[in-house]
Amino acid sequence: MSIDLKTIKHISKLSRISVDEKRAKKLAGDLNSIFDFIEKLNELKTDNVEPLTSVAETTLKLRSDEVKSKNIREQIVKNSPQDNEDYFVVPKVIE
Amino acid sequence: MSDITKQSLTELVENIKNKKLSSTDVTKAFIERSEKSKELNAYITEDFTSALDKAKRFDQKPNLDLKMPGIPMAVKDLFCTKDVKTTAGSKILNNFVPTYESTVTENIWKEGAILLGKLNCDEFAMGSSNETSFFGNVQNPIDKDLVPGGSSGGSASAVAGQLTPITIGTDTGGSIRQPASFTGTVGLKPTYGSCSRYGIVAFASSLDQAGPMAQNVKDCALLYEIISTYDSKDSTSIDFKRNQYSKELTNNIKGKKIGIPKEYRVDGMPKEIEDLWQKGIQYIKDCGAETIDISLPHTSYALPTYYIVAPAEASSNLARYDGVKYGFRAKGENLIDMYEKTRSEGFGTEVQRRIMIGTYVLSSGYYDAYYLKAQKVRKLIKNDFDEAYKKVDAILTPSTPSSAFKIGEKTDDPVSMYLNDIFTVPVNLAGLPGISIPAGHDSKGYPLGLQVIGKAFDEQNILNIAFAMEEKINFKNKITDWWIK
Repeated sequence: MSIDLKTIKHISKLSRISVDEKRAKKLAGDLNSIFDFIEKLNELKTDNVEPLTSVAETTLKLRSDEVKSKNIREQIVKNSPQDNEDYFVVPKVIE
Repeated sequence: MSDITKQSLTELVENIKNKKLSSTDVTKAFIERSEKSKELNAYITEDFTSALDKAKRFDQKPNLDLKMPGIPMAVKDLFCTKDVKTTAGSKILNNFVPTYESTVTENIWKEGAILLGKLNCDEFAMGSSNETSFFGNVQNPIDKDLVPGGSSGGSASAVAGQLTPITIGTDTGGSIRQPASFTGTVGLKPTYGSCSRYGIVAFASSLDQAGPMAQNVKDCALLYEIISTYDSKDSTSIDFKRNQYSKELTNNIKGKKIGIPKEYRVDGMPKEIEDLWQKGIQYIKDCGAETIDISLPHTSYALPTYYIVAPAEASSNLARYDGVKYGFRAKGENLIDMYEKTRSEGFGTEVQRRIMIGTYVLSSGYYDAYYLKAQKVRKLIKNDFDEAYKKVDAILTPSTPSSAFKIGEKTDDPVSMYLNDIFTVPVNLAGLPGISIPAGHDSKGYPLGLQVIGKAFDEQNILNIAFAMEEKINFKNKITDWWIK
């Protein structure tokens, strides 16, 4: 299997990380060597194996739906790069 | 007392309780040594002024019933600390000041410990050499230009270099045990669900665990008993009966059955590692325990599985860094452009690489071939351990396939870097506890570690085995203070 530049561009778009041509070439090389290494898994037959999704063999605990943190607006926006009256500010979305 | 920083945590606690030392004495000593140790680059953020204030306040009204009374301590910069910058070693969190405290650090402060500062680590804990940190690489106190391992490299360096009496790291694929092995220190990766993940910057949520890094097994047991608590704020925290691990620590391991897995004898493993392992087997026997040859047939599939599962979870966890709610933001022409530039400029090379791998294996058309396949193999790896534990109480392996390497030696070849974690990764995939203890030196005089792997929630047992072995090994770390002028 081989990851080409077109695939890199596609993944870059999906992951919202802009990548220039030079980086894309380097990434294609790196990812190909990593996937060559990962291909080893195909040696194993796993048709009848249940996937392991969690090592913790307990079911998630339920809790009552109560508000526990109140009046923390200020804390929530405290680290935002840009805010205005308790709102996050982003570049204009609607023309 | 000029030798304060040479004392173990247990000794310091005793000396403070007996009033031979004050918290101020101890805190000052570690601050002074940390100030002289800037070349190690172990700290990302120092909190020395505030630490000294807290120490003075502690001494005015000392509560000597606590487990870590007035003990100063630095922690990995992956734990959120209220009002103290928390970066995860990344540019994207360079200006992030949490408004809340992680459960693990909260537990520590409740027992009287004092924050000294935040320790360097690989960016988002992705790395095995501490070279992916935005804040530069960390020096290993063992030798100049030697990596301390990773991702908890700053933590390992700070404990080995006596900049902090003890510390905490996190371990997703070996990030506590490998650096402990590289620096001649003890590192415990607890059972998944044992220590709360609340307030720890997430990397791969089904694998991440916090754990202690210490100078000896007893210190390690003491800190573990403090940080292991059930926490409703972490949905995978497990409510099980926890011990007083340091009090119940014993070197009596007579009759214990220790498994020796043949698959850990990997191709190209240096003879020094094999010799160390054989020595370890002898120590086990000297302690009155029995060794049994076992098989963990899917061991060689653990790393490829890990490099699907961990990046997949990371790509999802790291989607939150969008330049909107917190952290770094780059200027963009529109919203999407802002996202793409923020993430491109804010994340380093290794993190971008792993996000890309994760995005790819989860993307439409590839999910079954990669992610689902990896989850199935993960099951087989866990089954191997379940099967082995029908016959044995614990497993002994080397911690790493080599001793510490030089800075820059493996940065150009991601796969060779990943191979560092070959002996540690299976433990995370199966959710088990593992401890690395220093067990010898290679021909260059660099430390080498042995790993004891336990059954889930059987930390007491592996701590006991490590404690018994530690006594027989009688390891002395060779720290020359080369970085102090």
